[in-house]
Amino acid sequence: MDKQNWEPKIAAFVCNWCTYTGADLAGTSRLKYPANCKLIRVMCSGSIDPVFILKAFERGADGVLVSGCHPNDCHYNAGNFHARRRWDFFHELMDFIGIEKGRLQFSWISASEGKKFADVITKVTEDIKAMGPFTAYKKMNSEFTIDFPEEPFEILKPVFQENSDKETV
Amino acid sequence: MNELIKHARELLESGEVAAVIGYRQVSAKRTKPVIITDPEETSALVFNEYCLNNLAVYLTKARIKLLCKKNDKVLKLAITAKPCDVHSIVALIQENQIDRDTIHIISFNCHGVAKDFGFDFNGDNLASKCITCETHKPLYYDKLFGEVMETPQASDTAIARIKEIESMPHNERFEFFKGEFDKCIKCYACRAVCPLCYCQRCITDKTIPCWIETSSHQRGNFAWNVIRAFHLSGRCTGCGECDRACPADIPLSLINRKMSMEAKNLFSFVSGRSLETPTLVGSYNEKDNDELFM
Repeated sequence: MDKQNWEPKIAAFVCNWCTYTGADLAGTSRLKYPANCKLIRVMCSGSIDPVFILKAFERGADGVLVSGCHPNDCHYNAGNFHARRRWDFFHELMDFIGIEKGRLQFSWISASEGKKFADVITKVTEDIKAMGPFTAYKKMNSEFTIDFPEEPFEILKPVFQENSDKETV
Repeated sequence: MNELIKHARELLESGEVAAVIGYRQVSAKRTKPVIITDPEETSALVFNEYCLNNLAVYLTKARIKLLCKKNDKVLKLAITAKPCDVHSIVALIQENQIDRDTIHIISFNCHGVAKDFGFDFNGDNLASKCITCETHKPLYYDKLFGEVMETPQASDTAIARIKEIESMPHNERFEFFKGEFDKCIKCYACRAVCPLCYCQRCITDKTIPCWIETSSHQRGNFAWNVIRAFHLSGRCTGCGECDRACPADIPLSLINRKMSMEAKNLFSFVSGRSLETPTLVGSYNEKDNDELFM
């Protein structure tokens, strides 16, 4: 597939109470947005562990979107506040180890913001399309290999020989 | 040194503490951690530039906690700690892992330690954490020993390396860390030696579902090292033990230091400095920066 026709794969972790409902509203309002985002519903943005995101990249996602309720709107009162601090760190960490900041995006979308949902999805898809495919992580070797030297027991050879001589005697 | 031994002996003889966690000399430039319960054995205790281990790691171990339970009473635990180890103890108290009342901190005026056992103690062989250290006197202690001495001067190479990595483009950075993490043999020495890795079951031991692949291939190594760094971000007190323990020489404390810098930039927070403030990732503020979110 050439770059022109390439479509990014984006994993979107969305909270059940706001963003997922917002996505529902976008659907019932017949809004159009790209189909690249695969929504994964979780109960709260605070319940998204960074390993989920790492796993998404590992399995070949070109980008990840995390979305939850606006601050002070969390169904569990403080879930998104806790998440916010965590994502600040994780975003910086991902940037430091070499995953561009644009590949991991965050948003607050409430249940009434169907239009915003469509806009965010469009923007994220366009951003990641511009960045191109992210294959470095997926291509990583997942087989355990050790490079043995051709003659692994070179050093031990004299010892073996010595012993074998003794045995024959 | 005699003061330290005398103090430890008094503590044990009075029955105030159940055990003293300290260092003993094994050769000229090497010490070992030792846990002393018998007053007669306190003569082995030392404190010098080769007391490298961060003994705070023992405080959360179940077997050490068992030592303190005697006749339905919970005795104190005495620990000899460098000022930087006191930061780890403070972080553990903040995270409710230990109780301040059950710990007797014996600390020292510190002028730095060697980077590893066997090296002469001077500016060239100074541990990297000591170069930028600002707490030569511990922030919290119950007993303080040692004279104030000057730390040898050395240049901060770690910060230069962080700057160098930050100046690389992203794909080069990714390749750099991929190469560094590829050396990992998953011995988990970094986890064992870290005072803040106290989980009874680490996330990497939970394999159903398998979030972090346990094999020591590139992908598994990458996931493990990233998650390890993330779990310590905003918590790491910078004792640098992971760096020293790593048999593959992965620059673990480089990432930890970078994340500590972020904690300072984003939240003006330094881990393990105050018993009054809550932990960074365990608390929140409604007025936190919201720029990251669309």
